[in-house]
Amino acid sequence: MSELRGRAHVYGDNVDTDVIIPARYLTVWDPAELAAHCLEDLDPEFVKKVRPGDMIVAGENFGSGSSREHAPIAIKAAGISCVIAKSFARIFFRNAINVGLPALVCPQAVGEIKRGDELAVDLGAGRIENLTQGKGYQAEPFPEFLQHIIAAGGLVPYTQKRLAL
Amino acid sequence: MGHTVTEKILAAHSGHDEVHPGRFIMARVDLMLGNDVTAPLAIEEFRKVGAGRLADQAKVVLVADHATPNKDIKAAEACRVMRDFSREQGMEHFFDVGRGGIEHALLPEEGLVAPGECVIGADSHTCTYGALGAFATGVGSTDLAATMATGECWLRVPESVKVVFRGQRRRWVGGKDLILYLIGQIGVSGARYQALEFCGETIEALPVAGRLTMCNMAIEAGAKNGIINPDAITHDFMKSVTSRPYQAVVSDPDARYVRTVEIDCANIEPQVALPHLPENARPVSQVKDITIDQAVIGSCTNGRIEDLREAGEVLKGRQVHPDVRLIVIPATPRVHLQAIKEGLAEIFIQAGGALSTPTCGPCLGMHMGVLAKGERAVATTNRNFVGRMGHPESEVYLAGPAVAAASAVLGRIASPEELS
Repeated sequence: MSELRGRAHVYGDNVDTDVIIPARYLTVWDPAELAAHCLEDLDPEFVKKVRPGDMIVAGENFGSGSSREHAPIAIKAAGISCVIAKSFARIFFRNAINVGLPALVCPQAVGEIKRGDELAVDLGAGRIENLTQGKGYQAEPFPEFLQHIIAAGGLVPYTQKRLAL
Repeated sequence: MGHTVTEKILAAHSGHDEVHPGRFIMARVDLMLGNDVTAPLAIEEFRKVGAGRLADQAKVVLVADHATPNKDIKAAEACRVMRDFSREQGMEHFFDVGRGGIEHALLPEEGLVAPGECVIGADSHTCTYGALGAFATGVGSTDLAATMATGECWLRVPESVKVVFRGQRRRWVGGKDLILYLIGQIGVSGARYQALEFCGETIEALPVAGRLTMCNMAIEAGAKNGIINPDAITHDFMKSVTSRPYQAVVSDPDARYVRTVEIDCANIEPQVALPHLPENARPVSQVKDITIDQAVIGSCTNGRIEDLREAGEVLKGRQVHPDVRLIVIPATPRVHLQAIKEGLAEIFIQAGGALSTPTCGPCLGMHMGVLAKGERAVATTNRNFVGRMGHPESEVYLAGPAVAAASAVLGRIASPEELS
């Protein structure tokens, strides 16, 4: 599995889907349009700062609130390669898997990563390396059931396989 | 060992004799739901799957409620995607403007959800239907698309938290106050991934409208579903909306819960949740000198006729404060018509309030009552996140209909007791 590399954008607890992508932009579902407003109400500078491969590092209950799949779509299209959090709200977590945005749970890493740290993530092994600080962490493994969906390439290909399409 | 109502419903829908928390299942879904925000994306993903036809069109409900009546051209295009798709698929449950209203008020009215059923919806407040003894949970658009194609949805069986409400509710205390109080106690991630099962004598005496309000906000504690064991009140409600049969199940006396929370309702005052989290609940008497610019009474949380009656009782013969804009939004056309018949529409308009057609609009800051920078609203809606109702520097205070109405009159957050 290929390695992801990028800098950390660090946020706190309960980053909700309203600040990830405000409802005033929900009449569209084009990834590029959504990405232009990603995290606008939490960090207006985010879209200017973010570079392809960067990662979001956040506290508890990331993605709480609305079921809008526009949230992980906006994050992914903004160039974020992975979200590392202490915990995820459940609908956001489902949506992230379904749209192919890696979402890793690792409270220890979140506690120690600082803004701007250079990170490397091996998704297959669930390893998070903080290259700036020289520290490594093991993320919580995905439940076996979800590994099948991820291995199939997401829920759409998984569903096609189930329907033998 | 016994099972909870949630476990029983999920077992019955996955071909198992019993299921335990933590197990992943493929659940047969009785009803699935999308709206004008989530359905266009689901339809796009459905086409990618390539199934062609819906697995069962009768189990799919699409409601145009969020940015409707179409707020702009993009919203109009999104609604057209739903309309065209529903025609193409010969869907019987597409609810357009004027014939639908807010999804979570509409579906129970239409008798589309019954005890013992399994419902998923691409809307986080799908958990509302637990009030009727159904398992109901929110998912995203791709999950909806996959379920539209297969009729099934993967679910992890949740642990259940038992919340026992005891004692008699005080005057002006309703389902909204009970759920805000609970979220204040356990926090916005207090029931993350879990089922919140509401029970106890207070719940047994609570009418269906209040139960719907409570289960509606289970998601605000991070819960997968909120649920109330169906009883005589549930069955009476079901008789009033449908004659179709259903299989109700209830929790066993020896069911296992991950924890139990006990709440004495006798001391609970009407609640207000301060910005910017629903867990910031306070008794209204402790929220002083908070002037408001807008009051919104409506939404999937509190837009039913019972909510409008409560607001009408407070507003009758009174005037909305000159500095406040009151917006009242009946949740469905049926509620709207009933409000007219009962004279409530006249009370709201005479008081200086704006009576709107059904829409989710202002709750999520889409339209019909968006806040400017620095403005403050009291709302009977469900979320007070940063920027939820408009500008990121605006504020939303959550409350029940009586507090919202009293606040509209006094121009500051206030208890209806202050008016009498």
